Amino acid sequence: MGDLKLMKGNEAVAEAAIRAGVDGYFGYPITPQSEVLEHLMANKPYETTGMVVLQAESEVAAINMVYGGASCGRMVMTSSSSPGISLKQEGISYLAGSELPALIVNVVRGGPGLGDIQPSQGDYFQATKGGGHGDYRMYVLAPSSVQEMYDFVKIAFDKAFKYRNPSMILSDGAIGQMMEKVEISEQTPRRTPEEIEKQCPWATVGKPTNRQRNIITSLYLDPYVQEKHVLKIKAKYERMQKEDVLYEKIKCDDAEYILVAYGSSARIAQKTVDIARKQGIKLGLFRPITLFPFPSKELFEVSKHLKGALAVELSTGQMVEDVKLAVECKIPVYHFGRYGGVIHTPVEIFNEFKSKFLGGI
Amino acid sequence: MTEEIIIAGFGGQGVLSMGKILAYSGIMQNQEVSWMPSYGPEMRGGTANVTVILSDERISSPIVSDFDTAIILNQQSMDKFEGSVKKGGVLIYDPNGITRHPTRKDITIYAVEATDEANKMGNTKIFNMIVLGGYLKIKPVVAIDNVIKGLEKSLPKRHHNLIPENKSGILKGMEIVKQK
Repeated sequence: MGDLKLMKGNEAVAEAAIRAGVDGYFGYPITPQSEVLEHLMANKPYETTGMVVLQAESEVAAINMVYGGASCGRMVMTSSSSPGISLKQEGISYLAGSELPALIVNVVRGGPGLGDIQPSQGDYFQATKGGGHGDYRMYVLAPSSVQEMYDFVKIAFDKAFKYRNPSMILSDGAIGQMMEKVEISEQTPRRTPEEIEKQCPWATVGKPTNRQRNIITSLYLDPYVQEKHVLKIKAKYERMQKEDVLYEKIKCDDAEYILVAYGSSARIAQKTVDIARKQGIKLGLFRPITLFPFPSKELFEVSKHLKGALAVELSTGQMVEDVKLAVECKIPVYHFGRYGGVIHTPVEIFNEFKSKFLGGI
Repeated sequence: MTEEIIIAGFGGQGVLSMGKILAYSGIMQNQEVSWMPSYGPEMRGGTANVTVILSDERISSPIVSDFDTAIILNQQSMDKFEGSVKKGGVLIYDPNGITRHPTRKDITIYAVEATDEANKMGNTKIFNMIVLGGYLKIKPVVAIDNVIKGLEKSLPKRHHNLIPENKSGILKGMEIVKQK
């Protein structure tokens, strides 16, 4: 077993990046994610692994630095919170269009606009349905513990390079700010230029005489060429759906009803399940871990023996749309949200569940 | 065993670090732990609070609305959290600066005169350790040896010379805590 440390979710992301052998982090401070940059600056990986850590002049600059690093086949990332992630959207669209691997971490806060600095899940649509312009998706992971904040950095990079597509860790202020114990992995060395050239034959690392030059671009003026390009990208998203869906089922096997929740909401909903079970009510929890690709097929299977589902999220109703699509109107699906940085309590969720499905509190 | 605790007081009293030490001590004896701070604007020059959960099982929600124990260190927090202690639970407070004392009859209330005692000991910085000692006397959720191990693990080496003072603060707190 690795070393156990007590860490904030944000610190875990930073530590995981160092240990995974990431080449560069480019960011700009914003609450509630500033500890990512702070932890990196405090631990000075540029003196040990050689990882670049840079506070850019803005979020827009940071995401474009990520574009530059990714073009060279490097493992690069950025992180921010909601308003800052909005600023990065153009860059994320270009990363997807140019088929570049990268990691973007969003520690979501209340919105819209400047909003507040408390936890929210209001960026689900932005993360899973595009966000920037054009026809693209990210591989989106939703951690619900500090350990997952740590572990998902490696998974996010693996998938980013597998698909040559940006990955996102969609967290929130609660998971970012809370401390839990984290098992720290061994240090993975950063890849050498030779390894990068071998693993990323598309990267712009200097042209040898035995191949054509590599071009990183998202510009294809001929619509038929662009259509081919979009089809290639579309095929990747279909492959993600087949090969890389992640989810967790808690007490779903004998359940009559389920809650569907991700991230911090899933933690709270888990306590609601405990409360219900103590009263003999067969309630389970289905937790999507990848929000894109959404575990639709898996949720459909679970829903076959259910009487209903309640989608619990810190938004006015975003993930609930994917839940409804997944169960294909076979069972009633309701939504329960809290907004603007307010968090559900387990009892509140239980009361809502009873009023929707068991005829009142 | 699951113990859900809220520690609340002024920013600068060591509320968050007391929670952190408690959480680290839990790790030292193989418990599951979570530490959920308030990080809102109220922290910047006002009240701060942290929810710590120690458990033998996987912790579901890190956010809870009622607590087994509330450790309360200023009046605003008393007003806010006295009502959030579970029936049969424990409230521990430092009476210093408290004008409206707790009145609930369905919980057990303890006082620990940590501000006065820290002044007497000539070291106001160990205030929070005195409070922690008072808590550990009432609820021995973690062994004092594990608290010391937790301090060794969480403090940088250059501060390890301060550990004996912290330990004496804890012991003092255990001595002076009394039921109201």
